[in-house]
Amino acid sequence: MTEKKWPETWQDTNPGLMIFKPASSRSYLTGGWRAQKPIWDNTKCIKCGVCYLFCPEACITEDAEGFFMADLNYCKGCGICYHECWPRAIKMVED
Amino acid sequence: MSKRIGMEIAMAAAEAVALCRPDVIAAYPITPNTHIPEHLAEIVADGHLDCEYIAVESEHSALSACTGASAAGARVFTATSSQGLLYMYEIVPVVPSMRLPVIMCLGNRAISGPINIWNDHSDYMCVRDLGWISMFASNGQETIDMCIQAFKIGEHADVMLPVLVNLDGFQLTHVVEAMMMPDQEEVDKFLPPRKPFAALHPDNIVSMGTLGLPDIYNEAKKANDEALINSKKVILEVWKEWEKMFGRKYEPIMSYKANDADVLMLTMGSMGETAQVAIDELRKEGFKAGLIDLKLYRPFPADELKKAVKGIKNLIVIDRAVMSGGAAAPVCAEVKSVLYDDPDRPVITNDIIGLGGRDVKVEDFIKIFKKAAKAKPERAYEIYGVRG
Amino acid sequence: MKSIVENFDLFAPKLVDKEEYYSQGHRACQGCGEALAIRLMAKALGKDTVVTNATGCMEVTATPYPTTAWKLPWVHVAFPNSASVGAGVESALKALRRKGKIADRDVKVVSIGGDGGSFDIGFQAISGAMERGHNMIYIVYDNEAYMNTGIQRSGGTPYGASTTTRPAGKVSVGNTTWKKNMAEIMVAHRVPYVATACHSYPFDFMNKVKKARKVNGPAFIHCLAVCPTGWRTSSETCIKMGRLAVETGVFPLYEVENGKYKFSQDNPKKLRSMEDYLKPQGRFRHLTPDQVNIFKGMAMTEYNKVLERVKHSKSWSELKS
Repeated sequence: MTEKKWPETWQDTNPGLMIFKPASSRSYLTGGWRAQKPIWDNTKCIKCGVCYLFCPEACITEDAEGFFMADLNYCKGCGICYHECWPRAIKMVED
Repeated sequence: MSKRIGMEIAMAAAEAVALCRPDVIAAYPITPNTHIPEHLAEIVADGHLDCEYIAVESEHSALSACTGASAAGARVFTATSSQGLLYMYEIVPVVPSMRLPVIMCLGNRAISGPINIWNDHSDYMCVRDLGWISMFASNGQETIDMCIQAFKIGEHADVMLPVLVNLDGFQLTHVVEAMMMPDQEEVDKFLPPRKPFAALHPDNIVSMGTLGLPDIYNEAKKANDEALINSKKVILEVWKEWEKMFGRKYEPIMSYKANDADVLMLTMGSMGETAQVAIDELRKEGFKAGLIDLKLYRPFPADELKKAVKGIKNLIVIDRAVMSGGAAAPVCAEVKSVLYDDPDRPVITNDIIGLGGRDVKVEDFIKIFKKAAKAKPERAYEIYGVRG
Repeated sequence: MKSIVENFDLFAPKLVDKEEYYSQGHRACQGCGEALAIRLMAKALGKDTVVTNATGCMEVTATPYPTTAWKLPWVHVAFPNSASVGAGVESALKALRRKGKIADRDVKVVSIGGDGGSFDIGFQAISGAMERGHNMIYIVYDNEAYMNTGIQRSGGTPYGASTTTRPAGKVSVGNTTWKKNMAEIMVAHRVPYVATACHSYPFDFMNKVKKARKVNGPAFIHCLAVCPTGWRTSSETCIKMGRLAVETGVFPLYEVENGKYKFSQDNPKKLRSMEDYLKPQGRFRHLTPDQVNIFKGMAMTEYNKVLERVKHSKSWSELKS
């Protein structure tokens, strides 16, 4: 199926404006919103995963070693991960 | 084989809908259409129809539940009148905008202020612009036929729009008539199961009812409008198929003694049949009266209307609702708009008759015909028969 | 200790389902508690779910055409009708499955809405759907005001909160009534599973969602969702504020299973002072000590009501004879 160009013509709009591409919001990079970003200190990180669990953007992922990092394409810099990290392994720096 | 039955039209409508094998019915009772959901409930309760019947707590929830059910891929039906329609009003334009087929029977009843449970078209006129395919039945047979046709039209892959079947409250809903009721085999042949374009199910993920920002809203509205206008093609096809199967013909505008008429009257709904009696009487006197009966109201049959009034000197548009403070009554305003550019258009008079269930009599139509033939009207619209 | 073994799969964040059914790119505010709660709910529900969503923050931020953040089938119709749309979807799936028109497996319908679309304008639809016994879950994400339209007062707004339609002013304390007790109202509807939860207690919340999913009938969850924008707190303390609500007794966590009240494990043994909850929130900034006491009185009444019921309630099966 050919990719539709945005903005769509009326003929191209899906009937009823239905959306058939789940999780297509990923095309909108909310990372541009933030004023600060989280930085992990892996010497302090205990790999508990609480930061991953509490991120409203679901943008924190686990790497191969079990440490965590934020996908800066989407991180809005809210600071929840920093606030909830028990061993204080995360700090927010200006971005 | 179709069977000849004698039944209250509302119950017959319910029987016809049951033959269409709906999956979900969500309806709330309101006079005068109550017998439709009641009889359907009986049919389901006796095991004659495999259907989920939701006895919803309001009309708003009725149409909401129908929308949800249609979104999930089911064949759905609801019925209401007047205030019930107004209570579900918020959802009425949402259904066609989501391209979901929902079939609704509207037992035309006056809208409140003052509260009145009897027949007129004011409830339909509130929703005519919201995107539903709309038909008007003039008698019991048409009611049955249109209910079944509505499912085929609305669920058609090129249409995917809700359909509204209008039948006059009390004048039709509570009247017993002789009708030909198709049997299950015939309806199954005419109406295959619904094949939804999209349905809510994890096997094929879809988001419906999404946000339309200003940069796409215009296109969405245009797309829906085109869908409604183009549905006429399918409606005519379905009507042709119906005629082949059942021998009963349907056209957007049907006429009675209109070919050689001097004065033509345009009606919708059951009052057309009363007008026909008046026309027969007038013809006896040598007065050349004729009738055109609007069966399809949305999409508006402009071409058929122009054709029907060609050569006619006088057209009387009979409305059964008021467009308060407007330029004319609702149907007349549209008729005038369609005929405006025609240099040979007839003189158009407009009478509003039968509001709030006031009886529409043969003598009334005779009077209206004779009045129209004489003079040009002073006011844009007249409520016929108001005392004072 | 039995419960730890039972819920082992949710005991650590790393063992939670990694699939994201509510993905990145949604336009919710930074630090939005409701967005987090929905993300967790979706994880707990799994893929065989259909979501109906009332108009509100979550609907507007997640599905601006042509993109959607949802990886579950999702429908939005209007503001007051998430529950009735859900009832329709549930009936349709039931009928279609029975007639063999769709796959023969369980797909749960979950209707969600904010406190606006649930406590107030959506109340009737919920009442009807729950009373009729549809097999569906209703989850209300309560951020205590109509946040999407700019922080107007709702039936979930607590005493003393300043909102734009009941603002704090020279002659007004802001909102003068306590929150509508939706959980109790749902118990009165004989809903077999009713629970209160908060995203700050993610495992408790997700467990409750899973429990609700297992019910063959209606279930109702009242989830407190912190709104840093509307509560005028910092985005990073979103989780903390939810915790404070529970730790001070302002929002006790409990379940009601067939009429029997159960106090949730995550509730504190000893309550913190409610000032700790009120102080960081800008919407309560104007409260005088007297008004704080009124707040405390109302909150403690509700808290003690729950304790009373936990102590004395009997399950409906016990009450049968």
